[in-house]
Amino acid sequence: MTNKTVLHAKHIEAGAKMVDFHGWEMPINYGSQIEEHHAVRKDAGMFDVSHMTIVDVKGSEAKGYLRKLLANDVAKLSDKGKALYSGMLNEDGGVVDDLIVYHFDETNYRLVVNSATREKDMNWLNGVAEEFSVSITEIPDFAMIAVQGPNAKEKAAALFSDAQKEAVAGMKPFFGVQAEDLFIATTGYTGEAGYEIMVPNDMAADFWQRLIDAGVTPCGLGARDTLRLEAGMNLYGQDMDETISPLAANMAWTITWEPSERDFMGRKALETQKAHGTHKLVGLVMTDKGVLRTGQKVKVSEGEGVITSGTFSPTLGHSIAMARIPATSDETAEVEMRKKWVTVKIVKPSFVRNGKSVL
Amino acid sequence: MSNIPSELRYASTHEWVRNEGDGTFTVGITEHAQELLGDMVFVELPEVGDAVGAGDDVAVAESVKAASDVYAPITGTIVAINEDLENTPELVNSDAFGDGWLFRIEAEDPTEVESLLDAEGYENSIDED
Repeated sequence: MTNKTVLHAKHIEAGAKMVDFHGWEMPINYGSQIEEHHAVRKDAGMFDVSHMTIVDVKGSEAKGYLRKLLANDVAKLSDKGKALYSGMLNEDGGVVDDLIVYHFDETNYRLVVNSATREKDMNWLNGVAEEFSVSITEIPDFAMIAVQGPNAKEKAAALFSDAQKEAVAGMKPFFGVQAEDLFIATTGYTGEAGYEIMVPNDMAADFWQRLIDAGVTPCGLGARDTLRLEAGMNLYGQDMDETISPLAANMAWTITWEPSERDFMGRKALETQKAHGTHKLVGLVMTDKGVLRTGQKVKVSEGEGVITSGTFSPTLGHSIAMARIPATSDETAEVEMRKKWVTVKIVKPSFVRNGKSVL
Repeated sequence: MSNIPSELRYASTHEWVRNEGDGTFTVGITEHAQELLGDMVFVELPEVGDAVGAGDDVAVAESVKAASDVYAPITGTIVAINEDLENTPELVNSDAFGDGWLFRIEAEDPTEVESLLDAEGYENSIDED
C-alpha cells in the first residue's frame, strides 16, 4: 500500500520526482537536489514531513511513563513547550527509534517519531504504557511542513497572524507552541534556524502555496539527506537501529544517567555496554575526488567498521560520511572505494552549522 | 520520455557518439542516463593520448546518488577531454548532448560506429530496462 500526504498534489504540480519512502510516495527532488540544498543553507527551503507520526501522551502518569520509555529524562523539562531529543531503547540497549518529545505539562506531552517505524513504534509505546495511567493517541489530523534556512523564520512569519507572531516572538531553539490553528516549533533536521509547523490537513495545500509565494523553495528528500548529514544528525535505520547501542551512534549525549535510580528501558544493558566499551560513530572527510558511500568498509588500527551514511557535501564541495568504527585514537582511516583503499580524515560527526563549515 | 537526437549513435550502456566528420567521435552520456543519476558532482575523465578499446571503462560519472562507469563505445585514441567538467560537472545534467560532452576519440576503424544503436534502437533498449 502506498500512502500519500495531503501535499501530494502540490508536489506533482511542481514537477517533483516522486519515490517510495518506506511506503510513502514522497518527492526526492523538484529538479536539482543540490540547488535545493543551497536554498536551505543560503535562504529558505521547505520540506513536506507530513509522513512523520505525531503521538500525544496524556494522563496523570505521563511524566513517569516517559521517564521509563526514554533514555533522555523528561524531568529536565520545566518550561512549557520545551522539546527534547531522545532515543527509545529496547531491553538490549538497541535503538527502537529516535524522537522529539514536547513538554506542555507533567500530564501532557507530544512525540514526533519516524514514519518508517510507525507500526513498531506504536506497539512499543503501547506496550510500555501498560503499567502506567496514560493515553497514547496518534494524531493524523496534521500535515507537517519544515521551513528551514537563514531567512526561513522571516519568510514563514509573513503567513502568521498577529497572535501567532506574538506566540513565537523570542522563542528559543527546541521549543514548540500551539498558536491558534498552527503548532509552531523551532526544531529541524538541517542545522539551520527555522520552524517545523503542524498545519491542519485541510489548510496544508494553501499554506504550502503561500510559503512558495513568500519565496520559500520546495525541497525533496535528497536535499534533506545531504543537509542532515552535513549537520551530523542521525538517520534512523541507517546510522542506528534496534541492533545498535546509542553509545555507538553518537547518542551518548542523549542518555541521562542521573539520577541512577531511574530505571529507564535498556538501562542495564547500556551500563554493561558502557563498561565494556562500544564502537563509535565518527565523521569522515575526503577532500579528493570521489564520494564516500553508505556501506563501504572502513579500517583503523583497532579493526574494521562501516560507513553508515556517506554523501557529497554541496556546502563543502567534497565528500563527507558518518562511520561506525572501533574506538580509536587514529586521525585517519582507510575506506574501500571502488576496489581501492583510500585514506580519509577522521573528525567529529558534525560538518556544517548555520551555513558554515565547522571542520 | 527524454530527448534522443536522431543524428547520434548510442551504446546500450547509455553513452552517445557524434561523428565529427574528421575521423573523430565525441562521446557523452545520454539525457536519460543523467536523469537516472541525478545531480553530477564529479566526472573523472581519461587522459588525452590514452588508447582505449570498445567496452573499456574509461571515465566515471559520479552523482549525489551513485558512481557510474562510462565505457568507450569504440576503439581508438583519446584526442580531447571536456576540461570544463572539472569545475562544472553539472553541465552533464543541463546539456547532456552539448556542453556536457565527456571526451573525443580518434577511431581506429570509423566504421565501428555503425555497429552502435541508432536513436530508435536506443529508445527500445531503454524501454526494456
